[in-house]
Amino acid sequence: MPSYRNIKRSRTGKMVQIQEAHSHAVWKKVLFLTGLTGLLIFATAVIITLGQVPMSVPDVYRTLVNRLVPGLFSINDLIDHVIWHIRFPLIVGALIAGFGLGICGCVMQAVLKNPMASPFTLGISSGAHFGISIAAVLGITILDGPYFLVANAFLCALLCSGFIIALSALKGASSETLILAGIAVNYLFQAANQFLSYIADDEQRTVMSSWGMGSLSDLNWHSIWFMGGIALICIPVLCSKTWDLNLMTVGDESAKSMGVDANFIRILVMVVSSLLVAAIVAFIGVIGFVGLVAPHIGRMILGNDHKYLIPASGGIGGALLLIANAVSMNLLGSVVLPTGIIMSILGVPLFMYLILKGKRREFWS
Amino acid sequence: MISKLVIKNLCFSYNGTQVLHDFFMAIGDGQIVSIVGPNGSGKSTLIKCIDRILVPSSGGITVDRCDVLKMDRKALARKIAYVPQNSLRLFPNTVFDVVLMGRRPYLAWKGGKKDEEKVWEVLYLLGIEALALVPFTELSGGQQQKVLIARALAQETGLILLDEPTSNLDIWHQIDVMEILRTLVRKQRLTAIIAIHDLNMAARYSDRVMMMKRGKIVAKGLPCDVMTGENLETVYGIKANIRFSDDIPFVIPLARIPDKN
Repeated sequence: MPSYRNIKRSRTGKMVQIQEAHSHAVWKKVLFLTGLTGLLIFATAVIITLGQVPMSVPDVYRTLVNRLVPGLFSINDLIDHVIWHIRFPLIVGALIAGFGLGICGCVMQAVLKNPMASPFTLGISSGAHFGISIAAVLGITILDGPYFLVANAFLCALLCSGFIIALSALKGASSETLILAGIAVNYLFQAANQFLSYIADDEQRTVMSSWGMGSLSDLNWHSIWFMGGIALICIPVLCSKTWDLNLMTVGDESAKSMGVDANFIRILVMVVSSLLVAAIVAFIGVIGFVGLVAPHIGRMILGNDHKYLIPASGGIGGALLLIANAVSMNLLGSVVLPTGIIMSILGVPLFMYLILKGKRREFWS
Repeated sequence: MISKLVIKNLCFSYNGTQVLHDFFMAIGDGQIVSIVGPNGSGKSTLIKCIDRILVPSSGGITVDRCDVLKMDRKALARKIAYVPQNSLRLFPNTVFDVVLMGRRPYLAWKGGKKDEEKVWEVLYLLGIEALALVPFTELSGGQQQKVLIARALAQETGLILLDEPTSNLDIWHQIDVMEILRTLVRKQRLTAIIAIHDLNMAARYSDRVMMMKRGKIVAKGLPCDVMTGENLETVYGIKANIRFSDDIPFVIPLARIPDKN
């Protein structure tokens, strides 16, 4: 018969064991994030050397170094232009867009308490598409100049999600009203798009459908400054809410009882992430799969603590988009495939594999 | 008697139906108070109004003489903890992370070592430290209830509200949860308000019982004074025998009384 003191001691021993296991788990999460950062840097370093214009790998890096320290090497102007104005913006743009879509998917799933939510649940994509359609078919544009399509897409996307958020705020901002209003408005804009496509001629229809497939090839430094600027405002706001996001995933009542104003957080997160998604979608079109899948992959690997999950979703989203874009640029020689298509062809099997093999396969039951 | 919680003139309507009307209640410090009553009598609504999960249309609630309805949500979460009947189980939070959530009212932005130590302390106190890294979704009903109680303890409040904590549990776990609550109330000077269906559990473990019907208190006081055949007839519409074992009443239901309305 063991004495009370012995029981206590053996329990304390187990306690130390489980605490060690806990810090080990935390350490593994940090290690994963470090590895992911490494992967992103490595992928960037490789992808910048790929392309149709022939040049040697040292040439590529010499050109980049020359940008940092001008005059260090003698540089071919053509190579400099290709690297600095075509390849590099594409890589940075893919990283920002993937990062933003991944993070927005992650926070939207948390506040809507729905694993099926993605950055496009609230009709942002069909809103943006509507903006493109009215510009292409009816010639209604908000801005003149090279960015008239982008401006239309951005403003219509914001209008659409703003309308949904305002509507649900009136009805108490529960996640159900947000999702239902989102689906309803999605149908409305889809109908409008289909109508416009019905009355459009072939050329106008090509503009509409090519935007719908999603492509990064139009990215340049100007669009990156805009996208990056909005990302720099939005992402820190979302990251500052990691605790509240964790609490939101156990339900509104519990969240409120632990000091989180659930409805306010939901509206705030939806407004901020809609803004970021609208900015990204306006430039690259609909590449929706990243935002749905990156948070799920993150959750399968790291669990649901948003302190780690937000950066992981961003990093995974960035990596997916970067790699998918590199494949779409280089797979068929000089023919550039739409990134959205490659994304789904590559991403769906990967996702399926994770669902079937994952340790926590029942996490949405 | 020092009142921990005072409710005055509380009214609450849900979609136009008045659930609580002119409700009065005062609860002393360091007690287990059970609220019993038939379905739809307003037990859960009352619990949720006290923690301002539902916002009453009028009336006043004070805890430690502070106005609940005017308090900042974080400050309120340092006064009152709430244990829901069940928790949303969509996302794979580990037990440790779930209990750590209870530290939210004490944090500005990120958690510190002190909060993690508190979590280990309450997990140890409830004997569930071995489950710390298990996803909450994979626990049994009894374990989940204990984790939710641990989370409420991590909030370090003087008052804990529980919404039917024993409803989904087998008899062993029902007794387990009630024993835990009694120990906590005795040792940590807590006050627990429990909305509960099981009259015998309520009678056995409560210091006070309040019996509600249609948003009003019909009877309140010691379990032996409230659990009477007469009260059960008016409130529940049943005929029952009341027996006593060690001065604790227990209810043997006999038959329902045909609906008079």
